[in-house]
Amino acid sequence: MPRITGRSRAVAAGFLLPALLLLGALVVYPIGYSVRRSLFDRSGGTFVGLDNYLALVTDDSLRTAVRNNLVWLVVAPAVATALGLIFAVLTERVRWGTAFKLVVFMPMAISMLAAGIIFRLVYEQDPDRGVANAVWVGVHDTFAEASGFPRARPLPVHPLKAAGGGAYETRTPVRAGVPVLLPLVGVAPGRMPKDARPAHAPATADGQITGTAWLDFTRGGGGKPNAVDPGELGLKGLRIEAVRDGKVVAAATAAADGSFALPADRADGAVLRLPASNFREQYDGVEWLGPSLVTPAVIGAYVWMWAGFAMVLIGAGLAAVPRELLEAARVDGANEWQVFRRITVPLLAPVLVVVLVTLMINVLKVFDLVFVIAPGSAQDDANVLALQLYRSSFGTDADLGVGSAIAVVLLLLVLPVMVVNIRRIRRESRR
Amino acid sequence: MKGFAAKASARAAGGAVRVFLLLAGLFWLLPTVGLLLSSLRSPSDIAASGWWRVFTAPAQLTTENYTRLLANDTITGSLLSTVLITVPATLLVLLIGSLAGYAFAWLEFPGRDWWFLGVVALLVVPVQVALVPVSKLFGAVGLFETTAGVVLFHTAFGLPFAIFLLRNFFAEIPRELLEAARLDGAGEIRLFTRVVLPLGGPAIASLGIFQFLWVWNDMLIALIFADSQSPPITVALQQQVRQFGNNVDVLAPGAFVSMVVPLVVFFAFQRQFASGVMAGAVK
Repeated sequence: MPRITGRSRAVAAGFLLPALLLLGALVVYPIGYSVRRSLFDRSGGTFVGLDNYLALVTDDSLRTAVRNNLVWLVVAPAVATALGLIFAVLTERVRWGTAFKLVVFMPMAISMLAAGIIFRLVYEQDPDRGVANAVWVGVHDTFAEASGFPRARPLPVHPLKAAGGGAYETRTPVRAGVPVLLPLVGVAPGRMPKDARPAHAPATADGQITGTAWLDFTRGGGGKPNAVDPGELGLKGLRIEAVRDGKVVAAATAAADGSFALPADRADGAVLRLPASNFREQYDGVEWLGPSLVTPAVIGAYVWMWAGFAMVLIGAGLAAVPRELLEAARVDGANEWQVFRRITVPLLAPVLVVVLVTLMINVLKVFDLVFVIAPGSAQDDANVLALQLYRSSFGTDADLGVGSAIAVVLLLLVLPVMVVNIRRIRRESRR
Repeated sequence: MKGFAAKASARAAGGAVRVFLLLAGLFWLLPTVGLLLSSLRSPSDIAASGWWRVFTAPAQLTTENYTRLLANDTITGSLLSTVLITVPATLLVLLIGSLAGYAFAWLEFPGRDWWFLGVVALLVVPVQVALVPVSKLFGAVGLFETTAGVVLFHTAFGLPFAIFLLRNFFAEIPRELLEAARLDGAGEIRLFTRVVLPLGGPAIASLGIFQFLWVWNDMLIALIFADSQSPPITVALQQQVRQFGNNVDVLAPGAFVSMVVPLVVFFAFQRQFASGVMAGAVK
């Protein structure tokens, strides 16, 4: 069969020249350069063999990068693919599936930098500003009561002493008929309960140990220490325990004016303790971008960006699955989970592999998200190969030998995919 | 009776699916909504409380951050830089890629299939391999920290995929069409511009959108190769991120402005974008 061909090789060369020049100079030549450079030391003058590669497993900060990259490689593609699969299957069952897909796919269109800024906001530490901690603290406080008086403490000269663990207790045992004074300072006026009322000196009562717990501080000065001055507020809600031989024998909670009462038959002769729960710092949520959580946090942002990619590819694969097969299984009595597990997933296996491999290649090179989301102080803990390559190559303490070694490692890791691609093309062109 | 029970449980399952997807959708939408609402609050409001407060105090919403941002020469200049990098890098990839794609599909020359396999092999080469060598190379020829350098780098790394995609698409053009044009006396160049390019429209559009978004959103390559005096928007904002915390009133609207073009392109060309993403799997 006659084939339309160029009249001369010159025509073909003319069509190919720009592409081959660019690819040769900016893609192929650099591979050779990097391989060669990775065998030389920092200055580039001394041949060091594989030392730069060995540094990847011996040097601490490089090892962190390798380890984090492994975590990324195992977790991020798997989670994104699993979510993509779930979304792709479930959106087929709701009428607004298309709108949902649009929302999840949208992050694919924006830059990693923008996504990074978005998640810097999400992960802000202050629960009043970062939505992740706002939700987290909200959930936490539903189960653990917030404490009343963080930072409250007794004056240097006072009837209380520290009892360890942040608690305070009276220096002497309490006696029936002798009212107890429990003065504390250090509570900011704005943090006092809104309904606290002025305290007054405790009265005695039969069969009871009475006392007053109050904020021993008169605004503007003038109040006497360890005495209830007019206008000083009661520490409403403060928990008071009577302790004998290390056991809590009675407990009470201060009223709005700070007064409390304990049954004398049980509390007489015990010491009063203000448990540490009164003074616990307000729960401030999780330090998402701290050393231990920064990598999972950044992976979360990555999954947010790439689950849509998995969903769209898997969705396209799903559209090609013959419906009759699923229907037949349902008629045979299989439930939805069995249909999913035994038919849908096996039929989608090739697509799932493509998605996983694509994401793995992508994750190997992850840079922008880590660079933007991890604060300067946590970048060492969040380090990954591509970030280390950037630092080694262009940082203040550059070592082009190590930088090139990392580049070559990245290339070696994608080599299997390169081979598969070439095989596929050869098979197709032979057909 | 059994039918009724099955129907009821199916309905319950349908409800569970809907609730789950609704929550997931909310989860996906919330971060972006947070960015948008943050960008519409004054610096003091941002410092004082979270963006969700605007639901109870809608009076907080203001466009003053955007007014200030667009009066900021660094930001507007960086947006211009982004355009000056993205448009040429996209057009060049389309032009050079379709020339080569046509050659691989329809011209005959020695070792053609091997050359093409070589291009396919380059599909997965990570850009990281080229950062150091190309910065040295550009330094030697005066392209380091220039817009032209960034454009060339993006073009080179966009080419393998472009050639791969376009060759496959061009190869599907019916032989008769090309033969007829040839009989009319058209040369290769005329054949390319009058027959191949118009027929390749869908593939070229899909590729163009993909490359456009890729270059627009890039930060790493610009960080290294772009002129530090007029960096693109991603680099300009990245420099701001270092002081994160007290400049949300710049970062949030800045990020949003940088997202506007990609989002418009995304919503306008969803189909082409999706097919470009799919063709680009295992890249």
